[in-house]
Formats: sequence, C-alpha cells, structure tokens
Amino acid sequence: MRLAEHCYRSIDAIRGPLVFVERVFEARIGETVTLLAPNGQRLEGEVLKIDTKQVLIQVFGETSGLDLEKTSVTFHDTVKRAPLSRHCLGRIFNGSFEPLDGAPMYIPERWEAVSGAPINPVARAYPREMIETGITAIDGLNSLIKGQKLPIFSSAGLPAQQLVAQILSQARLPGTGEFVVVFVALGLHFNEFNFFRNTLEQMPNRFVAFFNLAGEPVVERLLAPRLGLTVAEDLAFNHQMDVLVIISDMTNYCDALREISTSREELPGRRGYPGYMYSDLASLYERAGRLHDRPGSVTMLPVLTMPEDDITHPIPDLTGYITEGQIVLSREMHQKGIFPPIDVLPCLSRLMQHGIGANQTRADHRDIANQLYQNYAKGRELRKLATVVGTDGLLEEDRKFLHMADEFERRFVHQGEERRDILQTLDLGLELLNEYKRGTP
Amino acid sequence: MKGVVTSISGATVTIDLRGLRLYDRVYIGHARLSGEVVHLEKDHTTVQVFEDTHGLSIGEPAEGTQAPLTVTLGPGLLGGVFDGLQRPLPALQQKSGAFIRNCGTIPSLDLQRSWPFTPSKEVGAVLAVGDIYGVVTEGHIEHPLFARCAGKIEHIHSGPIRLNEPLVTLQGGEQLFGFQDWSVRRPRPGGEKCPAEVPLITGQRCIDFLFPMVKGAVAIIPGGFGTGKTVLEQSIAKFTDIDVVVYVGCGERGNEMAGLLSEFDELRDAAGQPLLERTIIIANTSNMPVAARESSIFTAVTMAEYYRDMGYDVLFLADSLSRWAEALREISAALEEIPGEDGYPTYLSSRLAGFIERSGVVKTATGKLGSLSMILAVSPPGADFSEPVTQACLRAAGAFYQLDTSLAHSRHFPAINWNHSYSLFSKECTAYFSREIDVQWPTLHHRCRDILQQESALREVVEVVGMEGLQDRDQLLMSAAERIRRDFLCQNSFTADAFSSPQQTAQRIAAIIADYDQAVQRLEEGELLTDILQGGNNAPG
Repeated sequence: MRLAEHCYRSIDAIRGPLVFVERVFEARIGETVTLLAPNGQRLEGEVLKIDTKQVLIQVFGETSGLDLEKTSVTFHDTVKRAPLSRHCLGRIFNGSFEPLDGAPMYIPERWEAVSGAPINPVARAYPREMIETGITAIDGLNSLIKGQKLPIFSSAGLPAQQLVAQILSQARLPGTGEFVVVFVALGLHFNEFNFFRNTLEQMPNRFVAFFNLAGEPVVERLLAPRLGLTVAEDLAFNHQMDVLVIISDMTNYCDALREISTSREELPGRRGYPGYMYSDLASLYERAGRLHDRPGSVTMLPVLTMPEDDITHPIPDLTGYITEGQIVLSREMHQKGIFPPIDVLPCLSRLMQHGIGANQTRADHRDIANQLYQNYAKGRELRKLATVVGTDGLLEEDRKFLHMADEFERRFVHQGEERRDILQTLDLGLELLNEYKRGTP
Repeated sequence: MKGVVTSISGATVTIDLRGLRLYDRVYIGHARLSGEVVHLEKDHTTVQVFEDTHGLSIGEPAEGTQAPLTVTLGPGLLGGVFDGLQRPLPALQQKSGAFIRNCGTIPSLDLQRSWPFTPSKEVGAVLAVGDIYGVVTEGHIEHPLFARCAGKIEHIHSGPIRLNEPLVTLQGGEQLFGFQDWSVRRPRPGGEKCPAEVPLITGQRCIDFLFPMVKGAVAIIPGGFGTGKTVLEQSIAKFTDIDVVVYVGCGERGNEMAGLLSEFDELRDAAGQPLLERTIIIANTSNMPVAARESSIFTAVTMAEYYRDMGYDVLFLADSLSRWAEALREISAALEEIPGEDGYPTYLSSRLAGFIERSGVVKTATGKLGSLSMILAVSPPGADFSEPVTQACLRAAGAFYQLDTSLAHSRHFPAINWNHSYSLFSKECTAYFSREIDVQWPTLHHRCRDILQQESALREVVEVVGMEGLQDRDQLLMSAAERIRRDFLCQNSFTADAFSSPQQTAQRIAAIIADYDQAVQRLEEGELLTDILQGGNNAPG
C-alpha cells in the first residue's frame, strides 16, 4: 500500500480513450486516476493493464484536449467507487455521477467499489414473487419475477421506450406495491432523454437516473451501468427496497466495449466484439437477485436493439444466454398496429413457473398460458401454410386455429395504454380459449 | 519459493519466479490470490489468476507451491456445494457474507465433522497401496478408504472419527487420514475399462424410449437459449436412477443455482433421502472469475471419478460446456496465443476429447463395476450447430440430443428434435428393455420411429397441398404422430409427469399405437374419416 497519491507527467502515448503512462511506481489494477489537461480540463480514468514499462489507462470523458508533455496524471491508490446514500433518490446524474439536475451533490454515507462482488449462489433466494407489469403479454405468458433479469429485445424503430415507460407507470409489486427505479440511459438521443425524464418526473423520489447521451464519451457507457447497479444494490440490500433497474440501450454498451477493445488492440471475436463480452455482460446482468438473509431485491429490465432485427447477433445472443428469458418485439406486429408489439413465440420467462399458480396468481394460470401458446403456435404455423395453399386448402379444424391466432393478437396482445391486472389478463385468456373450444368460426 | 509480480493484465499476471512447473499452483500478492502457471519462459512465468485482481500492483509478492491445483477427496463431498476451486460456498458465506470476497483459504471438507468409521483390517495386518482398510458411512453410501502407502498397521481407529485425526498409524510412523488430495488435471487411474451395456434410466420418455443412453456413456445436449437445456439437465439430475450425481453449473445463472439448491433440499429420491445427499454441486456462475470456470469441470470430474472408483454409478452433468470452452478462449486470448476456428484455441478439441475420455465403466480394485456417465449441455451461439464446440463434442459423444428452437417456441418440452438426434446405444438398450420391461419394446420402438419419420415426409406434402389434399390413411397417420408428439414426447418437468418409469413409457406408447392400428382398421372397414378422427380426439391422453 502506498497510501498516497502520485502525480506523473510521463505520458508515452494517447490512443483514443486510452493513455499510456511510463515509469509509474506501484500502480494498481482498477486504480482511479485523474488527468489534468493543459487547458485546465479534469478527466477521470482507470488503470487497465500494468507491465514493467507502462501503465495503460482508460479515460472516462473526451480525450481531445490531452497532450503528451503538459498533461499530468494523478494516481489515487483506490479503485473506482460510487458515493452511496439514500439521498440519491429523485436525482439525475451523468455517466460520471455528476448531478445534471442543478442541485448540489449529496454527502455520501459510504463509498463502494463499482465493479461489485459476485453474489454467493448459496446466499441467493430463488425469485418467486411476480411483479404485475400491467402488460397482458408479459403478465399472462412471460411473467416478470422479483429478482429476475428479463431483457427487452427491440429493433430499430420499434416503441421499446413506450413499453418501458408504460411498465414504469403501471407496475405493481406484491406486498407494498412500491418500488424504486434506477434508470441508466446509454447513448440515448435528446428526444429519448426528454421522454424518459418526463416519465421519471411522474414518480418523484422513487428514481435515480444516470444519463449518458449519444454525444457524450463512449467510455462512460461502460461506467454508467456499474454506477447504477452499485446504487441499486445499496438501495436494495442496505435499505430494503425493491429496485427495478432499467438499462437502455445495451447495444450501445456493447458497441462501446468493442470500441475500447479495438483501441487496446485485442483480438476481435464474433463481429468484432471482444471474446470476453459474455463474462463482461454477465458481470452486469448477474447483479440482479434476492438474498436469503434480508429483504430487498434487484430486478433488471435491460433494453437492447437487435442489429438488422437479427436475434442471433452476438449482443442478443449472449444476453439471452445470461438473462432469465427475453421479451421480443416484432416489426410485423408493429406494422399491424399492435401495441405493445410483442411477438410472444420467441419470448420466455425462465422464472415464471415458480412465480405463478394457486397461491401467487391463480391456479389455472399455467394451463391458460400453455394452451394459448400451443394454439397460437399452431395458428402461426398454419398461417404460413395458408399463404401457399390458401385458406380453402385448410381443414375446418385448422381454420379455427387461424382465426384464434388473429383474435389472440388483436385482443390479448394488443392493449394500447390500458392497464390490465393479472385477473383481467387471465379472464381474457380464458375467454379466447373458450371461444375457440365452442368453435365460433 | 518467493518472487514478485512484474506485469498485470486482467487476470493474467507475470511473475519473476523460476523453477516452477506448468500448472503449479501459485499465490499472488498480499491478498494471496490463487493462480495456476500457464506459460513458462526463461526469465518469467505467466500465471492465470482464479480470483478478481482489482487492486493488485506490480512488485507484490508471489509464492510458488511446487504442487498442482488439487481437490480434496474424502467423506463430506456428497451434499456439498463448492465453487470451481472446491471452496465450500456455505462456509464462504459464513466468512464473507452474501457477496463473495477474497477471504483467505477455507478447507474444502469440514474437518470437524464426525463420521462413523468401521475398520476392515486389524492391527498387525500388512497394507499394500490401494488396499481398503475401512469404511466410512456417508449418507446412503458406504465410502471405502484406500491406503495411499504400504506398511504394517501399528494402530487402527474404530468408531466416530474426524477427518483431521489419523485413522491408521503404520509402522515407522506414517499416518493415514480419511481424505486425500488429487491433481484435478490428472485422470484417476480407476482400473480396467469395460464396455458400457446397462441403460441409464432418466425418466424422460423421449430419451429412454427413442434415444436411450447407457451407464458410462457421454451424451451432449446442444440447444440455443430458451430451448430448455437447464430444465432438462436438472430433471435428469433429479430423477435418474443412479448412486451419485455431480452437477456443474459452469458459467451459468446464479438464480438457477439457487433454484436447484432449494429444490434438491426439498425433493426426495426413491429411498426417501433428500436429493442433495446424493449430489455434489459445483457452482461457478457467469460472474465468478473466468479461470475458475475453466477449472471447475476438472474439479468436478475428479470428484466424480473418486466415487466411480469405489464402484458406484456416477452421473456427471455439466451446464454448460460452451461456457467452459469460452473461458478457455478468453484465457488463450489473454495469453496472445494464435487463435483457431472462431477464436477458440486450436487445442480445444484435444482437450475436450481428453476430458470426455474420463467417462466410462471401470472394473475397480475390489472387482465391482463403477461407471461415470456424462450428460453435457452445449450452448451454440445463434443456435448454429456447426460451431466448433458442438462439433468437437459430437466427435466424442455417443448420444446427441438436439434441442430445437421452434419446438421450444411452441412449448414442446423437452424440445428434443427426433429427426436429428441419435443414440449409438439403441441396440443394447432395446435388447435390455425387451428382456426386462416389455417384449413389445423393440416393435414399439420401431413403429414409433416409423410413424414420426413418415410424418416428417408427409409434412412436406402438406406444405404444398394442405391437409385436405392428403389421403385418409395419411391423415390418420398425421393425427397419430400428433398424439405421439403431444402425449408421449412432451413431458412437463413441473408436474407429476416429470418422471416416467420404463413401464409407464411402454404402456403409454403402446396405447397410442394400438389406437392408431384400430383407426386404420376402422377406415379399411369403410368408416368415414371424420368419424374416426372425432373418436380419436376423445381418447384419453
């Protein structure tokens, strides 16, 4: 331990957001540094790599004002920490934890490393309580459970933001019903920023927001979700709150990861994304959960945009392998005017089985969901067939499936801005199934 | 042996120590993070660290142990929950709380717990290496202890004993304890390998009936995300008729592990014992360090071999092998090795083959047969089965259960695709089932496969002409196939149907095929198709 700050003016090279410093005494991996540019600009950074000659620093912020001779680098002998306090509620920060709402910074109760520590699997409590989002296609068929991480796979031009906003304003938790939102915006445009700010202001003192806009430094996109999650863990596990973490858009996070990896001259993996992207994403997503020994929960709803609507692209693919299911939005449904445009077939909630049923929602929930799924899947398959042989080429029985699939989309999935509680959702599902069984054309 | 850290990049650290051997265990820094030697050069050694290196600085001390990464084998493994380095997670929780932080070494086995020990040798007897000198009762398992060195017994203990107390003192002062250390990367000798012939009854109709597996064999389950790999693996872990289950959660979800733990605690096996008591769980979730993920499957398979060597049937389940391969790739990239296909190191397939070869049936020292079967989940990126990990597994595995995304989307679980999956053990198993369960088994097996095969051919026709365009006979076949899919191949893991005994399996398929035969007969007798189909739909199912 050096227990002191060190200052250097021995920068060897600057490459995009990366700075190489020579002759540093005992730098630490993950240590925070401050860079002071000749024009007086202050930047923060983090040590990524150390060898005998050089220290490699990743800079949070715009490196354009830095030079080799006059810029000084101060090493702080501590890893990156987030200031924690329950006074963070109701506040808006940028990707470096500076207030954006004009109010002064609060006095932190504690500081905690942003990288977090993995939850011991034996300390985890298995998520079993359903969160009623008010969205039929989610509550009925792919229920969100407290402590789950359930991403929304969107495509360019689809109203993922509106869906998130609707969940924020309509969701109810079991028990108290109240929850706190930690919102992390990564690379959003001003319009989206404005939309979310207005949504959050409807829920005073129940949110913390971190906004990194499209024009702001790329490296902050790697930092902001970690700040958000560290705050979320503190609120959940030290202040017994139920926290819903929304990160939008994870595609921008992954692109930032790729950008940094390339400037570090690492070997690229699939589509240029680094080979460690799975582990890196897991270090974020796995921070959702509940613990045995205390109340409070972290539930995650990350939003990502599938490039070219491709679900096998590395970003949705790796995300799907880590998260407990996914909600997939489809362009076809959107074009039909269905809101939310959820394509339920590729959707999944892995934790649903234990969060629904007799004591949680209703005894027939599982059956209704399974039957709707099977009938709708059959209907969708027949729809393909009908485009080849025409509706007349189908059996009478099959035409019923086809009709059911249309009704299912029009009445069950489509709901506009209305809020439906779980019982309304189940009744609606039952109504559809009964109509089908009675054999209305 | 002491040295210092000279460079750090993520979890890859170089130190200036010389004289270490490849795969020796090394302790790094003031925090004594454990690591493993992966590269040796003349002037420096590269170490892969198993823990988070945040806060590590160059110049910190490094200590070589001259010994490889080992696991501790002995009574108390069963029912244990460990991480990839065999640190017991419950003890870790007591020490560092709900979050895993570095907190020094913890013994892998509980040394204070007392075990009933029955000696089988007497004072004065001469022990050879590998002789059994006594038995510890570990739950439902008689856990024999083997001598690791030869000599004449001077004193032997009897009755309850703790692991940190010597059981036997040999002439010359050598002491034998109830546990031993074994290098994870060196297969245990086991004994002579024997052919695998006895079916492994998983209780999954699709596996037991269509693609049966034998004890000692290797099956792989590849499937994209959401196709039910984990649920299938966990069902198999719960219900399979086996002595010991080793379950590795390799780079998977924390909540899944929590679910597995709570369920195994509640569920009982056929003998009324909690499932946990026959299970060893290795949990190295996706956010735990990568190098420990890589070592976790070796740690686990060594424990599995240990019980196999006592003559038990052991089932090794890994979820998922792709995460292990990716960890290997991450480490390889950090070492700047030349990448092969998809960035995986070129030694992927040889290392995988070496690992899979640790399965099999062996004749143990006592003459008993012990088996180690493996069922390995693979998560191909983008559900593309041509990727290197799936292909490397295919070359070594004897059964292949391909999980199908479109089946999963229509909630057909287990989503095993019956056209693409295969098993090389059908012949042995069919013979066994026809002998032990039902003489009809081979016929039923053949008929069932035939119906499914004809259905897939007919499907192509239907896509052109529609159902109406099919002949009546073919429509009957389609409806029988539909029943096989819905009532036989589908199996809900969350209801009483989760386990189907071979008898139940045979009865169920026999009923469906009998109905079909009857329907065909009625058609031939001139009944109308619509009447027959109506009747068929009302049949129980």
